[in-house]
Amino acid sequence: MASTQSASAFVEFDRVQKSYDGETLVVKDLNLSIAKGEFLTMLGPSGSGKTTCLMMLAGFETATHGEIRLGGREINNIPPHKRGIGMVFQNYALFPHMTIAENLSFPLEVRNIGKSEREEKVQRALNMVEMGSFGARRPAQLSGGQQQRVALARALVFEPALVLMDEPLGALDKQLRETMQFEIKRIADDLGITVVYVTHDQTEALTMSDRVAVFEDGRIQQLAPPDELYEQPCNSFVAQFIGENNTLEGVVEKIAGGVALVRLDSGETIDTVPVNVSRKGERTRVSIRPERVETDAERLGADAHTLKAEVLEFIYMGDTFRTRLRVAGRDDFVVKTRNAPDRARLHPGQVIKIGWLPQDCRALDA
Amino acid sequence: MANITADLTPSKADTRLTTADGKPLKAALAAAQSHAKRRAFFLVLPLLLFILVTFVLPIGQMLHQSMYNPGFTLHQDVISKVKTPIMVNVRNWFDTNPPGSEPDEAAYAALAKDFLLLDELRAAGSVGTRVNYDLSGTRSLFTKTARKADKLEPPYKAALLEVDEKWANPEVWAVMRGASSAYTINFYLAAADLTRDVNGEIASVPDNRALYVKLFIRTLLLSVLITFLTFILAYPVAHLLATLPLRYSNLLMIFVLLPFWTSLLVRTTSWMVLLQSQGVINNALVASGALADDNRIQMMYNQTGTVIAMTHILLPFMILPLYSVMRPINPSYVRAARSLGATSWTAFRRIYFPQTIPGIGAGALLVFILAVGYYITPALVGGADGQLISNLIAFHMTRSLNWSMAAALASILLGGILILYWLYDRLIGIDNLKLG
Repeated sequence: MASTQSASAFVEFDRVQKSYDGETLVVKDLNLSIAKGEFLTMLGPSGSGKTTCLMMLAGFETATHGEIRLGGREINNIPPHKRGIGMVFQNYALFPHMTIAENLSFPLEVRNIGKSEREEKVQRALNMVEMGSFGARRPAQLSGGQQQRVALARALVFEPALVLMDEPLGALDKQLRETMQFEIKRIADDLGITVVYVTHDQTEALTMSDRVAVFEDGRIQQLAPPDELYEQPCNSFVAQFIGENNTLEGVVEKIAGGVALVRLDSGETIDTVPVNVSRKGERTRVSIRPERVETDAERLGADAHTLKAEVLEFIYMGDTFRTRLRVAGRDDFVVKTRNAPDRARLHPGQVIKIGWLPQDCRALDA
Repeated sequence: MANITADLTPSKADTRLTTADGKPLKAALAAAQSHAKRRAFFLVLPLLLFILVTFVLPIGQMLHQSMYNPGFTLHQDVISKVKTPIMVNVRNWFDTNPPGSEPDEAAYAALAKDFLLLDELRAAGSVGTRVNYDLSGTRSLFTKTARKADKLEPPYKAALLEVDEKWANPEVWAVMRGASSAYTINFYLAAADLTRDVNGEIASVPDNRALYVKLFIRTLLLSVLITFLTFILAYPVAHLLATLPLRYSNLLMIFVLLPFWTSLLVRTTSWMVLLQSQGVINNALVASGALADDNRIQMMYNQTGTVIAMTHILLPFMILPLYSVMRPINPSYVRAARSLGATSWTAFRRIYFPQTIPGIGAGALLVFILAVGYYITPALVGGADGQLISNLIAFHMTRSLNWSMAAALASILLGGILILYWLYDRLIGIDNLKLG
């Protein structure tokens, strides 16, 4: 790929590679442009290179090859304290020997900002995260969620244009995590800052981001807005990693008119959208989201392909039903249906017909 | 819900809570826990006894000995263990005459009478030794007089002066008066280079005999220097240990601990091999031409030798507490400081260093206390001016056999350390101490 420098990009990775030991690449040819004010999430399993990318951007790791630009300026050789990037750490990294106010005051002190202005900014930042009355406490006296808010305020108090967050909500319980997701999103939007957010939690990535970069094996597998990522995964890793997914394996029989006919290993044929299959005879994994599967034969269109399915398990989950089926020889086919009055509750052993719209069924790489 | 509140209300009304069957809650709790408490007590009992016998009692005895010396007042027969009060008449005379009074004929008569008993008990040597502690050269005065005790005739003053003219010396009488009470602070005075003059007033000893204060100050200064040197050397090593990957840090840790596992004597003597004027370092310097053969550096049998060897030997006591404090410091603290705009020096000074202070305190306290009481190394490599106060304590224990003096010096050392400990607690807080 040629140089990707574009006028609108605020943060740019240009053909960046990173190796720790000189034998293997942790980050392989990373090209990424982030616009000003964008909320971009780097999502991936551990060891996929996402945190390394964040650390290179923050300046704690050096790129082995390639350029990293911030606001059009190359920052490869600029030490972290001169980059002016706010950062929120996974364990918050609040200085334990300082009070909350001193923690927030620290970045202002090293910038030689006067005392009265410092105090005003600290108070404003604490108020922003609703921690205004906690300035005199020590980090150890706060709960995890409160520490998280303080860490956020500290990363923002010196008004950086770019804030990096390294799995900031990883240590919180589920309910608090959801509250904080919206809180962070709200503050980022209010301040108009650019955020690069690293997480391995796909729900977090989908709910907060403008765009999500899915990392695996040192590469970005897909870079797309959340809805596109979920509904149109471009390969089977992304389909598996984002959300729940049913996979059926087979061979392409025919590709014509934007539809690929796939013969499953069990013998049935289905219509799919060809994503990364291009010729007859190629092996493929077909991906269907559990909530796009229809179990009620009457609701299916006349031309829909149907498969025979045996109910193995039916789980009542409150707002949804979760049914595990045996389909095309696989025991792990899951269907989610909304709990509505007109929906039948299925019973194990029952044999039904299932189907879906052809566009919801994507033929991906094997 | 309703019946629970109904149950709670009456017990809230009378302040003492009771169990379901009406026993007081506190008594029930004590009964329920008594078995576990008793068992816990029996488990620690052996250690408690051990500490009592090996630690508390000896220290108590040392403190007692530093203020109690019956050498002039009580004689114990070596075989029969019978205790006999001695020098009774002279002590009576001291009691009735104020300090500084000229010894009269009555005093000499009392002395002659006491010497008869000393001669009979063969106790003149030990009494002489006791007086000799305070005024050297007087032991023979007592043994000589005791031999002639049965031939003494009135007038006793003339008779005793006939035996030895020293009996007219007011200093001898002043020292005997000082020793006439078994309980005395004279040993503490001596340890502070003070003495009692002929009138019983406290006065400084002549400069040429002043020894202890200088030695205390030297011990303190050298200990401070050694503590500082170990800190300077240990801090980067501990940091390296704490930040290296585990397989390297384990190897490095073995290098730190290896001297720890070697005998102290071996380590000290290997320093002697290295440092002496015909030693490895001097020979290497001479061989390389950096040093003339007749100009070898004197690194041993002086303070330099003591400082070098003790710094090395005490180094692990500084490294280990520092390491234990540095290990859990998450690297993200420094990273956070850097991302917030601090230079690496500011990040170290304001974020990393303050978090290591408990380890510095623990290491410094440990090294300092060990250094103040160190004995073997200064004894072997210290020479004349590298001796510390502990060497003098050992001298009084083994050579001069003035155990009271040794006890007084040791008590002062103990007191000084307790004061330092108290200061540390006030300044840094003992709960901040992290030894590992």
